[in-house]
Amino acid sequence: MEMLSGGEMIARAIELENVEYIFGYPGGAVLHIYDALFKNCKVPHVLVRHEQAATHAADAYARATGKPGVVLVTSGPGATNAVTGIATAYMDSIPMVIFSGQVQSHLIGEDAFQETDMLGISRPVVKHSFQVRHTEELPGIIKKAFHIATTGRPGPVVIDIPKDKTKPEEKFPFKYPDSVSMRSYSPIQRGHAGQIKKAAKLLLGAKRPVIYSGGGVILGGASDQLTHLAKELRFPVTNTLMGLGAYPGSDDQFLGMLGMHGFYEANMAMHHADVILAVGARFDDRVTNTVSKFCPGAKIIHIDIDPTSISKTVNADVPIVGPVQTVLEDMLVQIKQLRKKDASLPDAGALERWWRQINEWRDKHGLWTADRFVSDGEHIMPQQVIQSLYKATGGDAYITSDVGQHQMFAAQYYKFDKPHRWINSGGLGTMGFGLPAAIGVKLAFPDADVACVTGEGSIQMNIQELSTCTQYNTPVKIINLRNNYLGMVKQWQDMQYEGRHAMSTYEDSLPDFVKLVEAYGHVGMQVKNLADLDGAMKEAFALKDRVVFMDIFIDPTEHVYPMHVAPNGSMKDMWINKHERTS
Amino acid sequence: MRRIISILMENEPGALSRVVGLFSQRGYNIDTLNVAATEDPTLSRLTVTTKGDDRVIEQITKQLNKLVDVVKLVDLSEGAHVERDLMLVKVRAEGEVRDEIRRVTEIFRGQIVDVGPQVFTIQLTGAAEKLDAFIAALEEGAILEVVRSGVVGISRGDKVLRL
Ligand SMILES: Cc1ncc(C[n+]2csc(CCOP(=O)(O)OP(=O)(O)O)c2C)c(N)n1
Ligand SMILES: [Mg+2]
Repeated sequence: MEMLSGGEMIARAIELENVEYIFGYPGGAVLHIYDALFKNCKVPHVLVRHEQAATHAADAYARATGKPGVVLVTSGPGATNAVTGIATAYMDSIPMVIFSGQVQSHLIGEDAFQETDMLGISRPVVKHSFQVRHTEELPGIIKKAFHIATTGRPGPVVIDIPKDKTKPEEKFPFKYPDSVSMRSYSPIQRGHAGQIKKAAKLLLGAKRPVIYSGGGVILGGASDQLTHLAKELRFPVTNTLMGLGAYPGSDDQFLGMLGMHGFYEANMAMHHADVILAVGARFDDRVTNTVSKFCPGAKIIHIDIDPTSISKTVNADVPIVGPVQTVLEDMLVQIKQLRKKDASLPDAGALERWWRQINEWRDKHGLWTADRFVSDGEHIMPQQVIQSLYKATGGDAYITSDVGQHQMFAAQYYKFDKPHRWINSGGLGTMGFGLPAAIGVKLAFPDADVACVTGEGSIQMNIQELSTCTQYNTPVKIINLRNNYLGMVKQWQDMQYEGRHAMSTYEDSLPDFVKLVEAYGHVGMQVKNLADLDGAMKEAFALKDRVVFMDIFIDPTEHVYPMHVAPNGSMKDMWINKHERTS
Repeated sequence: MRRIISILMENEPGALSRVVGLFSQRGYNIDTLNVAATEDPTLSRLTVTTKGDDRVIEQITKQLNKLVDVVKLVDLSEGAHVERDLMLVKVRAEGEVRDEIRRVTEIFRGQIVDVGPQVFTIQLTGAAEKLDAFIAALEEGAILEVVRSGVVGISRGDKVLRL
């Protein structure tokens, strides 16, 4: 049998797992591994400028491709820097394997140089973790790590590797396992047939149905199944922030995003529904508003691969645990069979009335009605930037985002027709995610348009990655919605703190972003007038092989609407604009 | 309501901290906790008693099941079961009270496992309430030290928790 050192085993296993990129940063505890990668590994390594960026880039690579992201960091500060990114991936169930260095085994527990209890620190934000105790265990551990990260409800897995387990001179037999069997881990393969039938009947009896789908549909590769089901029944569909693109955003049956900043029509439809089909969504508090007032008249069918998601916050009337893809397939078969027996289902008259009601809501305060935002024709409104971006990219770009108002505007106004195109930190809401995410996506799809929608606050949290863009030639476009504020914070301060803007402005300290990006060798543009917006946007995307930073000055007073009334509001209680609320 | 959750898990380093971490991370409380290897050295058995309404208990069991190290679990309080707690109590035992303590110990079917001129160490096993009752029965101020194992339990009849 082939004899390899621990470092070589890692290099080889990464090849055998068909990893496309390793995102990482070297340091003392991982030098043996880096040397092994350097000497003999076909998988390219991307050197970021901060370990947090390595995790975000790997995470976004995974979101865009559906394949696991791979990260390599050193012990101590390398590992702790990675934690925010691991938590970000964990909250959004993104498959990722993180190799983190550790001090030598005999030093563990002695507060050695760059020692951190990485297993302890990462424990609440990983799906699972391993510490290597014997080098011979490495192939099995790596195989398991990839298996656990990518199956069931996906998530990040940490492998903590003491330096002495990767010594080049200590070689052990290497055989990479073909498969994994773990008695304590076997994700469910199929939904319960009886429950699925029950759900099918409930759906066919619905008079005011809504399909509420989340990130699980994208992770579970079930967009087609979801679309077929919705089309078969002609039911309205709303997506969560994480689910955008799972159902085509430009389709007429699509009600838009729901939740705190969801579309009026989506939130109204949810509140008045009699049957809700929740698919791969988890009734997050940013969706439900006050749980006790959530959708009072609705029977709820909930499909999820993770049993803990079901009836966690909102009770499910028909729980179905299983992979969304096969469950939806099975459900469609059931529905077709039931309809063969009784073609009058679902009640066409009721559905007609329901659609009429929904269209009334759409006409009243829908996102696409004229009065959603007011433009003076001169200053740029944030919504117009996203509309312009949509036009310039033909609606077909990968859009990564940071966190804040700009994120919500992007989610609302860029109509995602395909899954995996909208890449944002939904669960953790991590500012600084956008730029490294764009790098990860661009490396996965070098020919695609990749844009990072950001704000001047968020972009500065990982702006050093402009240098990584230079090194690896990742010509992403950075769309900075510049309002000179931590805009989302300011919005809350306007609405709940009588406009006291406590520490949400940078005063006059912002850098000249054009000069800044030029220093990194990129192109900077400043756009201040609406008349220039579309032209500049086109110009930016025409520069195919350059990173372009568009510093777009927008109306700093604009708020994101609709916005749920809180506390104690229900789904239907929304601020429609600064002066009007629904109830 | 009080529940006894009994867990079969991989006897791996870190497994226990994952279980304990889950409880603190998600705000569930632990009343007692007991863990030791089983007849199969690759498995350990962990018993935890906790309180919560049905919804909380359902989440606790689901969340525990989701831990990769957890192989199987059962909520013993859902069915007929035997539960035991082991207690060692060191009490002040001087003069006349020595007889009194001996008598109470006998009533509770305890054993005096260590005897000194001024102290007894009493061992008692039983359901948690019995041990509580014993403590209540001892003279106030007599108790010098109490140590309890935490609840362990097993289902009655032929129901078993194993691979
Ligand atoms: C790492 C991190 N720190 C703090 C926050 C809280 N937060 C949410 S949005 C926001 C403001 C973001 O400002 P900017 O990036 O300029 O976006 P804008 O809202 O102005 O569009 C802040 C501070 C966060 N989400 N992430
Ligand atoms: Mg801002």
